[in-house]
Amino acid sequence: MARTHSTAPASIAAADSVVPAGASGLRLGLALLALALLLAAPFFVYPIFLMKVLCFALFACAFNVLLGYTGLLSFGHAAFFGGAAYFTAHAVKEWGFPPELGILTGVIGAAALGFVMGALAIRRQGIYFAMITLALSQMFFFFCLQAKFTQGEDGIQSVPRGHLLGMIDLNQPLAMYYTVAGTFLIGLFLIWRFVHSPFGMILKSIRENEARATSLGYSVQRYKLGAFVFSAAMAGLAGGLKALVFQFATLTDVGWQMSGEVILMTLLGGIGTMFGPVVGAGFIVGLGNYLATTGFPVTIITGVVFMVCVLLFRRGIIGEFNASRLGRRLGLDHRH
Amino acid sequence: MTMIFGVPLQALLGQLLIGLINGSFYALLSLGLAIIFGLLRMINFAHGAQYMLGAFTAYLLLTFAGIGYWPALILAPVIVGLLGTVVERLFLRRLYALDPLYGLLFTFGLALTLEGTFRYIYGASGQPYATPAALAGGTNLGFMFLPIYRGWVVVVSLVVCLATWFLIERTKLGAYLRAATENATLVQAFGVNVPVLLTFTYGLGVALAAFAGVLAAPVYQVSPLMGSNIIIVVFAVVVVGGMGSIMGSIITGYMLGIAEGLTKVFYPEASNIVVFVIMAIVLLIRPAGLFGREA
Repeated sequence: MARTHSTAPASIAAADSVVPAGASGLRLGLALLALALLLAAPFFVYPIFLMKVLCFALFACAFNVLLGYTGLLSFGHAAFFGGAAYFTAHAVKEWGFPPELGILTGVIGAAALGFVMGALAIRRQGIYFAMITLALSQMFFFFCLQAKFTQGEDGIQSVPRGHLLGMIDLNQPLAMYYTVAGTFLIGLFLIWRFVHSPFGMILKSIRENEARATSLGYSVQRYKLGAFVFSAAMAGLAGGLKALVFQFATLTDVGWQMSGEVILMTLLGGIGTMFGPVVGAGFIVGLGNYLATTGFPVTIITGVVFMVCVLLFRRGIIGEFNASRLGRRLGLDHRH
Repeated sequence: MTMIFGVPLQALLGQLLIGLINGSFYALLSLGLAIIFGLLRMINFAHGAQYMLGAFTAYLLLTFAGIGYWPALILAPVIVGLLGTVVERLFLRRLYALDPLYGLLFTFGLALTLEGTFRYIYGASGQPYATPAALAGGTNLGFMFLPIYRGWVVVVSLVVCLATWFLIERTKLGAYLRAATENATLVQAFGVNVPVLLTFTYGLGVALAAFAGVLAAPVYQVSPLMGSNIIIVVFAVVVVGGMGSIMGSIITGYMLGIAEGLTKVFYPEASNIVVFVIMAIVLLIRPAGLFGREA
């Protein structure tokens, strides 16, 4: 989405050199506040809901690596999220893997899937890339529908949570919550490191001007594939985690609607911002939970939010905040 | 009974016919997508929803106004096409200056909204729509039984596809369209009203989708989900064919429909992924698509 990013704030750390005096202290304070909220939240809010938000937040952040930082719109990320959920659920339930190895299985499976899908999809650009990822993920959906190990329409039910590292009983809600929160933080840190590494800088240059990146001697295809595989693996981390939290893996998580949902979370929160997808995931999951009680179909609202975001709100919540006066004082906006 | 490759001839021909019918819908839909993409540089994700809308318009016309199949075949595309022009005027127009992906996302939202609304009202199950009396029944061709309506679908969609090709490749209006595709600014400078051309093009593409929807109504049922089931396959068709050529998308649509039908005979398990497999193979061998001329 090259043209949009010249007007949208892309990253936080890129602005480090121009941070106003005192802003870094404020930012540290904000980060600590967010951490304290994360730790204290299960005592005030229903933990299952929080864990759902965290899983989707990680999923959206992983998706954002591609859309926000590489400029590639994948319309098939559900394959990695839902695929990893299946892999983890199968490994834990049928093979008796401990949870940490189960999640690792999910991550590796998603990365492998990402490698195959990515290698095909990067052969075309722009709008074609989106359509190819969508078609390939639909193919994976049909595979899951027919394969034996996914158990078709039923999905894999009653997945055991097990004991983390053989010690911590994840059937305790708080133990599960802090495991999810910890994994979320690790995932977020990995994504942050990835995006701000030299590799990530080259990805941004591809996003801004692919032809120039090529002319500078970078093997653009290889970098795109690297970003795709990493994004898929992180989406797999989120999916595997979700399978443990909810103790099932079903077709819902591999359907195209899920791919649409993660796009919406990222768009609503702010494409190319570090924490936008987290906020977007919170909003969308919350909205879904609220609407589930009213019986009004989520799809209609999702569709309307999509249209409104695209027409009026392309920077997203965090993007708007970063561009606001407060955001600029905090050094979050880097349009200089 | 005659056997070909260990398959009864009748089964083979039957699936071939189903493949040809699916291919007709793929061709009509990918043609509409290609026309819209050609000028607007935008993928119309709502294409499937507009196909569904065409079928539902026919159904609603029949249920509430007693208007039958034949008038609906003209009326429904016109109504849905006009709705499309309204969408283009009000919303899509604002997105042309942006990255084309925003057009994709907007129309995706539109598709979700349309589908969700109809699903809310009519549920996920389909509504039956009767085959018009003149085309009911079938005829025995000697080697197979041909339901007349199915034959009609194949013929009429082929005619509409070719007429659209003629409109775009051989008429004055089509010349304007193609010129605007190449260089909109220049065409505008020559005094052609390009914004109106864009609106017309979007309306035409949408009307084609709605036309396919009316044709599909008696074959499949009229269901809110009929659009999203087919649109992803059509995307794969478009990737295979490449959107550069009108004739290319027509041919690819029929080819892939037939491939799908044949797979149903020889290896039924793979029938709903065969189009995607072909897409993957084409991407490996000829990334630009069979008829593509994209850089």
